[in-house]
Amino acid sequence: MTPKSSTAKKNRVLPGFKLTLGFTLFYLGLIVLLPLAAVFGKTFELTWPEFWHTITMPQAMASYRLTFGASFCAALVNTFFGLIVAWVLVRYNFFGKKIVDALVDLPFALPTAVAGITLAMLYSHNGWIGQLLEPLGIQVANTRLGVFVALTFIGLPFIVRTVQPILEDLDPELEEAAASLGANRWQIFWRVILPMLTPALLTGFALAFARALGEYGSVIFIAGNIPMKTVITPLLIMGELDMFDYAKATALAVVMLVASFALLLTINILQWWTNRYNTNNLA
Amino acid sequence: MMMSAEPIQIVGEGKGQPSWLELVQRQVGSLRYGVVQIVVHDSQVTQIEKTERVRLNPAGPTKDGTMKTLFILLLATSLAATASAKEIKLLNVSYDATRELYTDYNAAFSKYWLAKTGDTVTVSQSHGGSGKQAQAVANGLEADVVTLALAYDVDAIARQAKFLPLDWQNRLPHNSTPYTSTIVFLVRKGNPKGIRDWDDVARSGVSVVTPNPKTSGGARWTYLAAWAYALEASQHDEAKAKAFVARLYKNVPVLDSGARGSTITFVQRGIGDVLLAWENEAHLALKEFGTNQFEIVTPSLSILAEPPVAVVDKNARRHGTTDAAKAYLDYLYSDEGQEIAGKNFYRPRSQAAAAKYGKNFAPLKLVTLDAEFGGWALAQRTHFAGGGTFDQIYHPQ
Repeated sequence: MTPKSSTAKKNRVLPGFKLTLGFTLFYLGLIVLLPLAAVFGKTFELTWPEFWHTITMPQAMASYRLTFGASFCAALVNTFFGLIVAWVLVRYNFFGKKIVDALVDLPFALPTAVAGITLAMLYSHNGWIGQLLEPLGIQVANTRLGVFVALTFIGLPFIVRTVQPILEDLDPELEEAAASLGANRWQIFWRVILPMLTPALLTGFALAFARALGEYGSVIFIAGNIPMKTVITPLLIMGELDMFDYAKATALAVVMLVASFALLLTINILQWWTNRYNTNNLA
Repeated sequence: MMMSAEPIQIVGEGKGQPSWLELVQRQVGSLRYGVVQIVVHDSQVTQIEKTERVRLNPAGPTKDGTMKTLFILLLATSLAATASAKEIKLLNVSYDATRELYTDYNAAFSKYWLAKTGDTVTVSQSHGGSGKQAQAVANGLEADVVTLALAYDVDAIARQAKFLPLDWQNRLPHNSTPYTSTIVFLVRKGNPKGIRDWDDVARSGVSVVTPNPKTSGGARWTYLAAWAYALEASQHDEAKAKAFVARLYKNVPVLDSGARGSTITFVQRGIGDVLLAWENEAHLALKEFGTNQFEIVTPSLSILAEPPVAVVDKNARRHGTTDAAKAYLDYLYSDEGQEIAGKNFYRPRSQAAAAKYGKNFAPLKLVTLDAEFGGWALAQRTHFAGGGTFDQIYHPQ
């Protein structure tokens, strides 16, 4: 939520714009665009009907639904609970706060396979959580719910870590002013605090969502990987690779790429829009 | 860490005095760990400094606080002295189920090679899904030899990366497969579901664990074994075979991506009534977890799985390890190699070892892939490629 200074745009005080821009473009080109171009290049080995057939196979369609659906739900749930976690960590002091704070980062640091194996153990029918859910008729391991659980696990830190600094920097005077003008607690949260957090929440959501789309390691252990039901797109890609069908694998990857890019762009535009709305309001 | 530095002065390059290059070479040669520095004055090498390090804790960090020389040219950090005997390093890239086999075999081969040639061989192993391993080699993993789950994967290395000739399979006896295996059933103690043969596995109410044929070589053998059984039972009626295999896969709640993953799902997570497993994997599970938890059921018919071995010519040539790599594979066919294969629950090719370990291998009818399915390329196209019979199980067309 950096307020945009209008003077910085007109006359640049900082030197080196061209140099740094050149470096940025070169770096992005080398690290991001080149590999992506290679993916597209490989896909062009397929003819258009082949490409279309590959990306619209029933197996592929089912996997998109699962991958995008579960990632979206997981990011949404994380946005809600991540906000609460960040809120608690910023606004209250309690014993062991530092430890809780450090715990939040654990899903970042843990190798995803470890996360997957651990979750699969917990949620399988004889695991700690699984055996409690089994009598209720809820099966998590080897179902779509399992995919959602794994993606929620890996996504949490993204929300907390993007919202936390914004919450910390929030000016208490604004809340005090609202209170003095007669707003109740709910109104203060809903009308004052939340609008200021929205851009950060959107960023966090986008990060968690993007991360979940590409997640492989943790999901395959808990998903069950049944075609048409619990196969995520990255696994489908691995399957094609395992049969040395690079072109088809990259075709699926291209779909993921284009869809992710479109979604992230939408979220960025949305974020820019809310941000502008915000600063206008504050001014 | 202890250090001892000894400067060696060079006064001019007079007669009888070895040139500085030779001196440096000698210093490097006499060093196990450390730094050799040369000091230059007026374009002349005037001094060579050798700092030898004695590592007390091999994992500990190394830090050199004594570098004060101004004009330093860091010449060489020698990690190992050049010994008189050669030290050969081989990388064996293999699939999931061979971890234990090659751990045993590598030790035996190193001993044999040391006795024969005086050279020490260190063999590193890499394991993973067969297809993934083949890709890694094709993409530049420096394997000297590959020992994969199916010939199709080695074919891919030959075809795509051209690291070895296309007729690689003719270079060693028995289609380059020194040992064979097959697919059997692992069931829980007492066989509560009464599983005797493939028909029972495809019965409704039986939960079956097997990896995904798209990502696992072992699972492809399993799929084809089931198919072969159904063909035999239905007097070669393809439609019936397809329906049978479809019924079987409807019983599978988890399709792990590799053979080891499935074993873990079945054994440790307690999922499923029967695991369709490599024969050696099933025996290993028994050995590891005891016969009081699991039993092996051998079906009436299964497939003769031939996991092939091959030297990756191009890599071995570049590493200068061609001889050792060849010997490494040849020795698999020797009495000792066959013995180790048998001990690790692979079916040995040699009569002697087969007789010795015969009690582990229940007799059953084994069909070969070539006879039943016309080779890997065809089987791959018909069954596992996009829209093949495996895809049709989950999405009937």
